[in-house]
Amino acid sequence: MSQNPVYMGAPSSTGRFGDFGGRFVPEALMPACLELEAAFIDAWSDPVFIDEYRSVLQEFGGRPTPVTYLGRFSKLFGVEVFAKREDLAHTGSHKINNVVGQTLLTRRMGKTRVIAETGAGQHGVATATAAARLGLECTVFMGELDTQRQVLNVFRMELLGSKVVAVTSGSRTLKDAVNEAMREWVSCVQDTHYCLGSVMGPHPFPWMVREFQSIIGQEAEEQLRLRGVGVPDMVVACVGGGSNAAGIFAGFANSSARLVGVEAAGGAAVTNGSPGILHGMKSMLIQSEHGQIEEAHSISAGLDYPGIGPEHAYLAASGRAEYVSIGDEDVLVALQTLSELEGIIPALESAHAVAWIMQEAGLAIPRGSTVLLNLSGRGDKDVAQVRDILRGRE
Amino acid sequence: MKSLEVTLRELRDSGRKALVPYFMAGVTPDWTQHVAAAVLGGADAIEIGIPFSDPMMDGIVIQRAAERSLEAGTTLDSICAQLSARDLGAPLIAMTYYNLFHHYGLRRAAGLLAQGGVVGAIVPDLTLEESDEWREVCDETDIATIFLVAPSTTEDRFARLAQATQGFCYASARMAVTGRAQGAGDATRVVEAVRATSDVPTYVGIGITSPQQAREATEHSDGVIVGSALVETILKGASPADTEAFIRTFRSVIDE
Repeated sequence: MSQNPVYMGAPSSTGRFGDFGGRFVPEALMPACLELEAAFIDAWSDPVFIDEYRSVLQEFGGRPTPVTYLGRFSKLFGVEVFAKREDLAHTGSHKINNVVGQTLLTRRMGKTRVIAETGAGQHGVATATAAARLGLECTVFMGELDTQRQVLNVFRMELLGSKVVAVTSGSRTLKDAVNEAMREWVSCVQDTHYCLGSVMGPHPFPWMVREFQSIIGQEAEEQLRLRGVGVPDMVVACVGGGSNAAGIFAGFANSSARLVGVEAAGGAAVTNGSPGILHGMKSMLIQSEHGQIEEAHSISAGLDYPGIGPEHAYLAASGRAEYVSIGDEDVLVALQTLSELEGIIPALESAHAVAWIMQEAGLAIPRGSTVLLNLSGRGDKDVAQVRDILRGRE
Repeated sequence: MKSLEVTLRELRDSGRKALVPYFMAGVTPDWTQHVAAAVLGGADAIEIGIPFSDPMMDGIVIQRAAERSLEAGTTLDSICAQLSARDLGAPLIAMTYYNLFHHYGLRRAAGLLAQGGVVGAIVPDLTLEESDEWREVCDETDIATIFLVAPSTTEDRFARLAQATQGFCYASARMAVTGRAQGAGDATRVVEAVRATSDVPTYVGIGITSPQQAREATEHSDGVIVGSALVETILKGASPADTEAFIRTFRSVIDE
C-alpha cells in the first residue's frame, strides 16, 4: 500500500525540498549557516523558546489575528471568502511572526546585531521593531529605488532606531538588497545574525522562516474549524519570496484544500522561470538565456523579486500547489474593490490574491466554493503610490 | 592530478611565489591583451572573471566591472570563443557563480571552458557539500575545481576543503567580499590551517592591494591573488602596457 506524500515537513539534512533548496553560499558563511541550523533545531524543540515566541506574538504582535467573512465581496463574486487578517498584526503584516522568532534566536545565539533586506519596507520595519524590543542593533539594506518608493517606511525604521542603507548596485531593488545584506554578513558574521525576510536563501532559512510563519495556517485552520466551515476548498495567498503563502499553506498542506500562490506577472518565477541558483538556494528564477538573473517588475515592491522560495518550487513541481500570476492593472482594481466593499485596504502584495479570486470566481473557483484568502498586509504603506497612479489618470 | 596542480606544484618547488591577477572578461574590448600583458609582466596564472548579474562574493569594483561587461553583451560562449582564439601563455582559471554553469548545463559549461583552454574553476557560491555533480563533470576534463577557505572555516572543514581542492587552495585573508578590506588579516593562520592537513599550494586573496601586502602574504604562503586593485585601474582606463607595469611592480617586490 502506497502512502500519500507528507507535504511541508522538515527538508532533507542538506536542506532540500525535492530537487530545490540546499545551500549555495561562500565558505565564509558556511559555519554561520551550520550554527544557525543547529540553534534553530535546538530552539524549536525547546518548550521554553516556543512559549516565549508565542507569548511575544500574543502580547506584542497582536495574535491571534482574526478570520473575517467578506460578506459583500462574497455575494458579488458568488464564492464564500474568508480573510485571514495578517494586516491587523503589529507593524501591519505577517512579517512580525518571522522577526519575533529570528530575533529571539539571535539573542539565544549570543549575537547582538541583526541585518535585514527589505523591498517594500514591511520586513525592514518588522525587523527594526523586533530589534528595538530586544535592544539589538539593526541595519536594513534597501534598494535605492525602493527607498524612494517607500520614503515613509525608511523614516519608520529610523524612528525605531535602525540604520537604513540604500543599495545602489544592480537594479537597486530587493534582489540587490539581498546581495548587499549577504556581503555585509560575510564581514560581521561573528556577532551579527542575518534576519532574512522570506522563505528563501540557504538552508535553514526557507525551513525556519516557514516554521515561524506557520502560526498563520495553524490559527486559520482552527478558526475555520471552530466556526463550522471546516477545511476550505481553496487557500489563496500572494507570493514574492513566499513567506505568507508558506505560512498559511502549512496549516492545510495535508488537507483536501487546493493551494494557490499568486505571483506578480512581472516576477512570476514559477510561471516564467527556470531552475537556477541565487541567494544561497536552488529554486525557480527568472533569468536570461545566458543565465543572468533578470529584473522583476511589479507595482508592489514586495513582489519585485525574480525568484521564489525553494519549497514553493517543490510544491509547484510536485503538483501540490498551483501558481498563477496577476498584472498590475487587476491589482489596482482589486485594491479598490476590497476597500469599497469590505472596509479593508489591502497591501498591493495582498491585492494580487484578491485580484485572482475576482478573476477566477465561477471559473477556476467553482461557484459556492469556500476560499481562505491570506490578507498578508495592510495597504497604508501603499496609499500614496496608489493615489499618484489613480490621480495621474484623471 | 589535474595539469593545473602539476604546474603550480612545480612552480612552488622551483622556489617561485605565484602571482595570480584577476581580470573581468569582456570589461573592455581589449581585455585579452591585458591578460597577455600580465603574463609578460610576470603573472604565473590568470583568474578570468566571468560576469554574473548577482556577484554575492564581490565588492563594488568587481560588481561594476561585471555590469560593464554584461552591458557589452558578454556571455560564457563569447568569452570561451575569445580565449580559444589565442594562447595567452599561462594557465587560465575561470571565476564565476554557480548559476551560470547550472544554467548552461554542467557538461556543456565545462566543455566550453575546456575549449577555451581553461584549466581551473573557482565558484565561490558552490559549497563543498553541493559540489559532487560539478566535480564529476570536471573529472571528464582537465578542469581543476578550486575551493576557498576563510577565517571562519572550522577545523573539520579545513581538512575536507584542503583535501577536495585541486590546483591550489584559495585562502581568504579576511572576512570580507572582494575589494573591501586591505591587508593580510588572518592569512597566516588560515594558510597554516590548510598546511596542517594538506601539501596543496595555498594562495592568499581578498585584501591584497599593494605590492608590499603581496610580499608579506607570500612570506607565509605559496602565492597571492590580486583582483579589485587591478580591475579598478582597468575601469579607470589603464592600457595593456599599464597592466604589464602594474604586474611587473608586484613581481619585483614579491621576488625581492
